[in-house]
Amino acid sequence: MNFLEDKEQQRTPQLVCDNLTLGYGDRLLLRDLSFTVREGDYLCIVGENGSGKSTLMRTLLRLQPPLAGKVTLSGGLRATEIGYLPQQTDIQRDFPASVREIVLSGCQGRLGRRPFYGREEKRLAEESMGKLGVAELARRCYRELSGGQQQRVLLARALCATRKLLLLDEPVSGLDPRATSEMYALIEGLNREGITVIMISHDMHYALRRASHILQIGQDWFYGSKADYLRSPVGRNYLRAGREAEA
Amino acid sequence: MIAQLALYLQYPFVRYALIVGVLISLCSSLLGVTLVLKRYSFLGDGLSHVAFGALAVAAVVGLTDRMLLVLPATVLCAVLLLHTGQRGKIKGDAAVAMFSVGALAIGYLLMNLFSTSTNLSGDVCSTLFGSTSILTLSKTDLWLCVGLSALVLAVFVLFYNRIFAVTFDESFARATGLPAARYNLLIAVIIAVIIVLAMNLVGSLLISALVIFPALSAMRVFKSFRAVTVCSALLSVCCSTLGILVSILAGTPVGSTVVAVDIVAFGLFSLLGRLRA
Repeated sequence: MNFLEDKEQQRTPQLVCDNLTLGYGDRLLLRDLSFTVREGDYLCIVGENGSGKSTLMRTLLRLQPPLAGKVTLSGGLRATEIGYLPQQTDIQRDFPASVREIVLSGCQGRLGRRPFYGREEKRLAEESMGKLGVAELARRCYRELSGGQQQRVLLARALCATRKLLLLDEPVSGLDPRATSEMYALIEGLNREGITVIMISHDMHYALRRASHILQIGQDWFYGSKADYLRSPVGRNYLRAGREAEA
Repeated sequence: MIAQLALYLQYPFVRYALIVGVLISLCSSLLGVTLVLKRYSFLGDGLSHVAFGALAVAAVVGLTDRMLLVLPATVLCAVLLLHTGQRGKIKGDAAVAMFSVGALAIGYLLMNLFSTSTNLSGDVCSTLFGSTSILTLSKTDLWLCVGLSALVLAVFVLFYNRIFAVTFDESFARATGLPAARYNLLIAVIIAVIIVLAMNLVGSLLISALVIFPALSAMRVFKSFRAVTVCSALLSVCCSTLGILVSILAGTPVGSTVVAVDIVAFGLFSLLGRLRA
């Protein structure tokens, strides 16, 4: 065990949260949350609806400031090098855009001051589409794709933005079982290649099977490796509640 | 008919009308897709009424170059509306409605109280529906329109990729480092400029049609953002040219004729889209 922990300490930290307090208006969602995500981690964020999972993710992405505390990127990771898979919006459902245009827009952060995408960005977009198996859909219209295909397109876009850290907000919501397992397999593949994954998930079974770390948020929060989570009172409570709900 | 048209084209005011009409319709259609998809269509409509109010004020004050007041006032309102829409106590659409009917009412009231014109209802009608102003353009108007159109086109082309990113997914764009608020502002300012320009062609009540119809028509048939943008620009130019020519030959009001042609085109494109599917 000691050996494992030492090994964990050796990996470079990428994202450090210090005493984060989250909420909006008068509503306090989370208090004094601290954790460190290291290179290659597969972190699942779990918790009940309304517990602040999406707010936390938006804070990690700097889309929304925390009420207190701070998020620091380290290990040479720049803010523009984070890949993000948001939940789909209504706008996107009837958006006239080809798959290629959408994936290419993931290269946005690389443009700097240049107005147009160059050869390097186009190559990157092709590569991402190939990796996620949507290359043959490149000229198709996004709104005509199935839910699973759309999610893969958006993941390809996120991959254009990063080679280091992916943040996924419920990537399998609304997908059928087959598309869900395909999506999970793709995410695991990317994680095995060394990309750090932070994912909001409703699927506790999946999180406990595949994630390396669990962050549970809510009234009492927990952060740690999967093994620690299973031993912790928080984890045991949550699992018991889940089993009772199922039974 | 061709001979008649050739005769008309010898007059400079007809040529000016055609040039300005083509430029305005080109500019107004470019951002149509973005406006429709970002649910900003109502913003264009509201701003056009604000422009009417500003025009009324300019007329009352007796400015010779009314653009000096109308353009900055409309741009300022665009900025304000976008800002309050996002974080104000009065939510977006209500704020726009408030501004737009308020400006209409105050504008008409001012014109009524202070106007020295003998044909007040004619003046109001032509500002609202643009019945004659396109045919009474001076050379200065022409150059102002050419300059502003060139500016709008250049900004659109240079920021095309950013505008796409902000329209398709604002959260993602911001997460990857795009200052989305700044681009929303840019979009609002461009809309304001386009609206002030387009007031000459179709009058303030009909501007939204010029912005929205070509985009909606193109979206029925084409499937990529670029194809939709190019198609709506071409379609808009064709419809406006046709509308202006018809109105000159048939003696109908320019603005409403152009919009009528846009509506017919929308019908045709809808049909085409159905047939393709």
